[in-house]
Parts: sequence; C-alpha cells; structure tokens
Amino acid sequence: MEVKDIIKEENLVFKKTGLLTDKILSYCPGCGHGVAHRIVMEVIEEMGIAEDTIGIAPVGCSVLAYEFMNIDMQQVPHGRAPATATGIKRCWPDKFVFTYQGDGDLAAIGTSETIHACNRGENITIIFINNGIYGMTGGQMAPTTLPGMKSSTTPYGRDVELMGNPIKMTELVAHLPGTYYISRQAVHTPLSVRRAKKAIQKAFETQKQNKGLSFVEIVSNCNSGWKMTPIQANKWMEENMFPFYPLGDIKVDGKIIDK
Amino acid sequence: MGETRLMKGNEAIAEAAIRAGCDAYFGYPITPQSEIIEYLASQEPHKRTGMVLLQAESELGAINMVYGAAGTGKKAMTSSSSPGISLMQEGLSYMAGSELPCLVVNIVRGGPGLGTIQPSQADYFQATKGGGHGDYKLIVLAPASVQEMSDFVPLAFDLAFKYRNPVMILSDGVIGQMMEKVELFDQMPRATEFDQTWVTTGKTADRERNIHSSLDLDPARFEKHNHHLQEKYKKIIENEVRFEKIQCDDADYVLVAYGSSSRICQKTQKLAREKGIKAGLLRPITLFPFPYEEIEKLANHVKGFLAVELSAGQMVEDVELAVGKKTRIEFYGRIGGMIPTPTEILTVLEEKYLGG
Repeated sequence: MEVKDIIKEENLVFKKTGLLTDKILSYCPGCGHGVAHRIVMEVIEEMGIAEDTIGIAPVGCSVLAYEFMNIDMQQVPHGRAPATATGIKRCWPDKFVFTYQGDGDLAAIGTSETIHACNRGENITIIFINNGIYGMTGGQMAPTTLPGMKSSTTPYGRDVELMGNPIKMTELVAHLPGTYYISRQAVHTPLSVRRAKKAIQKAFETQKQNKGLSFVEIVSNCNSGWKMTPIQANKWMEENMFPFYPLGDIKVDGKIIDK
Repeated sequence: MGETRLMKGNEAIAEAAIRAGCDAYFGYPITPQSEIIEYLASQEPHKRTGMVLLQAESELGAINMVYGAAGTGKKAMTSSSSPGISLMQEGLSYMAGSELPCLVVNIVRGGPGLGTIQPSQADYFQATKGGGHGDYKLIVLAPASVQEMSDFVPLAFDLAFKYRNPVMILSDGVIGQMMEKVELFDQMPRATEFDQTWVTTGKTADRERNIHSSLDLDPARFEKHNHHLQEKYKKIIENEVRFEKIQCDDADYVLVAYGSSSRICQKTQKLAREKGIKAGLLRPITLFPFPYEEIEKLANHVKGFLAVELSAGQMVEDVELAVGKKTRIEFYGRIGGMIPTPTEILTVLEEKYLGG
C-alpha cells in the first residue's frame, strides 16, 4: 500500500482547520507557537464565530500571526495590543476580539496596556505565550526569564540582584476585578494541548457572555533561544518553568482558586 | 442658520465631534486641552449619538485604541497637547503606514520637554514633517478661530477617509482656550455602512479577509508600498491646499502666519494699512499640504515677507522653500509660551523693511 492509497477521505482522522492558512509557519521547528495558533483557530471554528472575530498580532515572534490565522487581523505596535483590542471592542461590542502576545510584548513594554485593559474589564481575550526569552531578536532576557537562566543579555544567568525578578503577570492580573477567567497552560504534550484548548474555549465563552476579560497564558519553549533541542527544551521547561509558572486555572467565574 | 453659541475652542471641537458623527473618542487629559474630554463626558455622547468615549491609561493607550477603532472603519479621534502628541507618534506612524483614517487634535503648548502650559506653535515640524519614524505625512489643518475649530472637524474626517490617512488639527492654547461665537452645524448621522474592502469587522463569506499591517519583510514589495504612499501624498498636495489671503494683491509686504499668530497678524496688517504701509496677510490653512505655489506667486511682486510664529522659526523654512531667492524673507517669533502683540509685530515689520 502506498501513501496516496492511505490519503483518502474515509481514512482521515485529523484535518487542519480552514482558519489556518497554508502559508509555511515562520516558527522554529519544535516551537509551541504553531500548536497555540492551531488550537486558538480551532476554538474559533468550532464556536462558529470566525465571521465576527478580529485578532491582534503583536511584535515579537508572532508578529506575522496574521499570515497564518485566516481571519481579519490587525498588527499593532509593541505592547499595545490590549489597547487596540479595546478600541475595536468598544466600537463593536458584539464582535469577538482577541490578542495574541508574547512575554516581551505583554509583560514588559505593554505592561500598562495589559493591566489597564484587565482592570477595566474589557470583554476581550488575551492569549499570552510565555517562553521566558526574547525569541525574535535573538534570545535576550525577557521580563519572565527565570532567576539564573541564561540569555544573550544574561550570559552568566539572570542575577536578580542586578536585573530584577521575573514577573508573574498572570497571577498579577488575576487580582484585578475586571478579569473573569484566568488560566495557565502548556502545549508540549497531547494532554497539555487538550487542556490548553479547553481553557481557550472557556476564554472565548467568557467573552461571549460579556463577563469580563479572559486571559490564557501558555508556558512554551524556545529551543532556539534556550540553545537546546526541542526535546531537551520541553524537559527543561517541565523541570524549571513549570515550578515557577505552575499550570492550571487561576481564576474561574471571577473567583481566584485557592490552592 | 445653525445654532449659535459662545464656546471655548476646545469645547467647539468636542461638540463638533459629536455632531460630525464621530464614533469614538479615546484620550488622556493634558493641559491646555482637557476641556475636550471633559465637555464630551458632560454631554454623555453614548446617549446623544451612541458615540464611544473612553479615558485611556495613557496617550499610548489612546492612540492605539484609535488605531483599533479606525481599522474597523469607525470615525475615531483623540486629542492631546505637545508632550502627549510626542507619545502618540509611534501610533501615528503605524496608522499612516497601514493607511487608516483618524483625527488627532494637538492643542500645542510650549516645549521642549514638559515645557509650559502656555500656547506655542513649536510643533509645526513634528506635525508637518513626519513626527514619527518613516516616510509619511499627516494632513494638517490649522484653525484660526473657534468657528474653524468646529468647522474643521467634519472636514478632517472627510479628508481622513478620502485619503485613508491620519489628519491632525494643529491648534494651540490660544484658540483652544479662548471663547468666541460659533455657529454649529446640524447633527450628522453616524456611519452605518463600512467599506468591506478594507475594514476588520470579521471576515464574512462574501469577501477576502482584511489585514491591517505596516510590516513587510520583502524590501522590493515594501518599496512599492512606500511609492504608493508617496503617490497619495502627491495627490493630497495637488488637491487639498487651503489658505486665506487678505489684501495681498497690491501688497508690498506680506505677513505669513497660521493659527493664533494669523489672528494677531490680522490686526497688525490693519494697523499697517492705517499707517499707509501696503501690508497683506497670507494664512496657510493646510500646513501639509503647504501653499508653496501661492507664496511663490506673491514673491514675484512683493518687496518682502515677514513670517510670524510662536516658535523659533519652523514654518518660515517652508516660506523660504517657496520664495527661494526671489525676494526677502524675515522672521519674527516669540517662544516658550510668550505671545506678541499686534503693535510689536508692526514695529518688527517697520524695523526690518522700512528702517524703523
């Protein structure tokens, strides 16, 4: 039996969502962005809201997200995505608006926009990809870089005495009254992908119900920036990132979960 | 006849925004223009027309909210004063690059830095020569009265949508704060239809998806995009030059001034005529596009120009570009928030051209 005999409609067990374009992804092999893109688009497709959804692409590795997400999109200045999303949502309260931002974008240069959009309770969804490093510019320290973690601007490891502490934006915004659903997930195993997708779905459902801001952090790898193979990077992420950025729901139905 | 009211320039802009069918205002308070957002808040525009009003967390937030709203085809605006406008330059560059319409009002105060809250025209370069990064232009309108503060709002939106480009109303603390009689235009409806060839309101089955981006990593394609922008600016130069001339036809000396300076120079021009000096006044109304041709024509028969600004000499560079070596150009400016009197300017004119 040859490959072409296998590729038949009745044998298909997986199909790429039509909400992803056929453009070849610009992400490094092993990077979590591709999976994160896919599950966001799958949720939008499954909810049947593509015709009413506007996405915001940030500055960072996912600056070209609009090349891959097959919906109306706007690319915005570094860090300003929650403000742009606010502008759209305030004018079109019945539409679905989401931002897709990395850690430099959301937790450094865009801290103000993030916190104030969360605090105002804008009915938008924020997808936050945290890989603890600046990937696109070549692996410099991010606001989320772990203590001791090496990057091109912390070549001997992040010294918190000198460079300050990593920031846990997700826990921070959970304390703001405008946020309704907050979760931290990962996309490096089939189980984590299923859980992340469920969280993203809950985030868009929150938006549908006009409950306030929904925010899903995805802790991801950056094997290029971390100078590891994809497998090493995932293992390193489990051993180092997850203890500092624990996975799971943080705020559900407007209430912080006691752990 | 529309409704006539006595209003501050800032209030007139705010009232005109509601009446022009503006969909959304996003702003951050700063002196001397906070009356714009305060007046809007007092009017509860969501009740009057459904207009969105939101006080942003910063000027960065405000301009990027405008960017989002503009991307969906809405008539969006913000207002600020010099230091705040500096913060908005990034957003304006993105909006010019991705060709989105909006209105930005700059009620200029003295700089550099935090400067002063007193009036100034020192943001001319920033407004007309780009301001942010990259090769781009704003269309710049310079009102000289409270009436024009009102009238230029619908004009600005028309131009912004005609060319899909940000438009700036460049005024200052004088026009923003002073009260004058203003005849208000009647309420215009807010738009209900949006041009589906470019708005990001959600991709429907009957159209291609729309993307707003100023990014292109392919230099050949990006050069083409830049040429397209330059072609657009050329069209704006060809079609949108606006100016006012007062007694220029027989003038020996022509004052060139815009906005608040032109109001002062109007009196200077009258005083000069009373003394038998044949003075005229040319007032650029659009600062980009600048009335180069008209000034060049005048240069053929006048003995000299006097450019007057509340700056150290910014617009005068454009007058020099227009005049070349054809005739003399003198400059008089007050800076740091100071304002000249009409007689002060007349004295300068006499000293420079008539030997005192």
